[in-house]
Amino acid sequence: MKHLDEYRDISLAKPLVEELKNAVTKPLRVMEVCGSHTMAIFRNGLRTILPEGMELVSGPGCPVCVTSASHMDAFIAMADMENVRVTIFGDLFRVPGTHNSLAIASSQGAKVDIVYSPMDALEIAKKHPDELIVFLGVGFETTTPGIAATILAAKTQNVPNFVVFSTQKTMPPPMEALLSDPDLKIDGLLCPGHVSSIIGAGAWTPLAEKYNLACVVGGFETVDLLKSLILLARQVGNNDIKVENSYPRAVAWESNKRAENMVARIFEPADMDWRGLGRIPNSGLRIRKEFSDFDAEVRFDIVLPEAEEPKGCLCGNILKGMNSPMECPLFDTRCTPANPIGPCMVSSEGTCAAYHKYGRDL
Amino acid sequence: MCLAIPMKVTSVQGDPDDFTTTQVATVDADGIGREIRLDIVDHWPKVGDYVIIHAGFAIHSLVEEEALKNIALLKELSENMPEELLS
Ligand code: SF4
Repeated sequence: MKHLDEYRDISLAKPLVEELKNAVTKPLRVMEVCGSHTMAIFRNGLRTILPEGMELVSGPGCPVCVTSASHMDAFIAMADMENVRVTIFGDLFRVPGTHNSLAIASSQGAKVDIVYSPMDALEIAKKHPDELIVFLGVGFETTTPGIAATILAAKTQNVPNFVVFSTQKTMPPPMEALLSDPDLKIDGLLCPGHVSSIIGAGAWTPLAEKYNLACVVGGFETVDLLKSLILLARQVGNNDIKVENSYPRAVAWESNKRAENMVARIFEPADMDWRGLGRIPNSGLRIRKEFSDFDAEVRFDIVLPEAEEPKGCLCGNILKGMNSPMECPLFDTRCTPANPIGPCMVSSEGTCAAYHKYGRDL
Repeated sequence: MCLAIPMKVTSVQGDPDDFTTTQVATVDADGIGREIRLDIVDHWPKVGDYVIIHAGFAIHSLVEEEALKNIALLKELSENMPEELLS
């Protein structure tokens, strides 16, 4: 733990703040893709020291925020069933579906457990053989391999009352969809750190080449973030566009083969619905037929209902970096973290929640 | 959601190629031993290596020199800004 302080200490970072100023020689608009980056950037006050000419917009990398309302409705419907217990990462608890949330369902008697790891959900299944335990898979490349490993463990350990509802998503397809939109003028990507530790920093090369997009894979501490922003500004300033990895302690150039093989064994690509972005081909993962005993969609025979997006919520545009929360008329009026209307306000990694917590002037 | 603290491995269990064995390690988190899964770690760690963990799973391992070098590099970077490290 002691190492962490070295990365966070802003006084160590002063020369980097100076350097960032020098590095911005041309105006540039950078998208931070990952919700954890959004929060880290706010927490460290980096927005307050951004040099003139550099703009940061948030992307679609908060997994809870991009979970469609119809998926939330299906989750809640399962939680309401008898002898079913749903297990989730904590962020999902208060996300609104069309009429309800898991938090409300739980207060009315539905069984909802918050877990730290999908393996914890498997342990719960072993302890409650009379219940069906559903793990709600909501996440990107970083969480998928662990879920795959858990499904494999459920099979080898023969735990028949454990299933996964997969809304697992992959990052490059929506980025491709966003970048091909001419209205969204992005010069650089701050690429997600831990997604990249699975897919490898090299995975961003096709996007960098196709869209002449500066790409830097970055970590989450102050020094990591500043270094990444400097590298992005330099690439744009020098017109030397490429992929750089400024997070070598967690990310290699190549992908994590063990994780990839695990995912490929259990999952196959599928079209996926993204809140605000719609259905994107091959941007999700579904459980392969061989493992369908562990697939909640098969076990429950789920047909996804049509869901409406909350009226007036600009989350869709915020996830695309096209609007800021302040442009939403509901922001901090009807929509607050205590009473959220859209998912960008619920998730601790959501852009609206970040603006609410760290100030609307930023 | 993403924690980036490299943690030191204090024990390793299981066969990296056999998923029917329990692939776990113990890491030292502020003096408290914590069990983590090794099913999806990129390189199988040995005792003394460091791992980066996500949702109970080690996802990346690095040898001690590498971990300490990274930390030192960042520190030096912020103090002295050696040009060649950034270019
Ligand atoms: S403030 Fe609330 S309603 Fe407005 S975009 Fe954000 S989450 Fe949606």
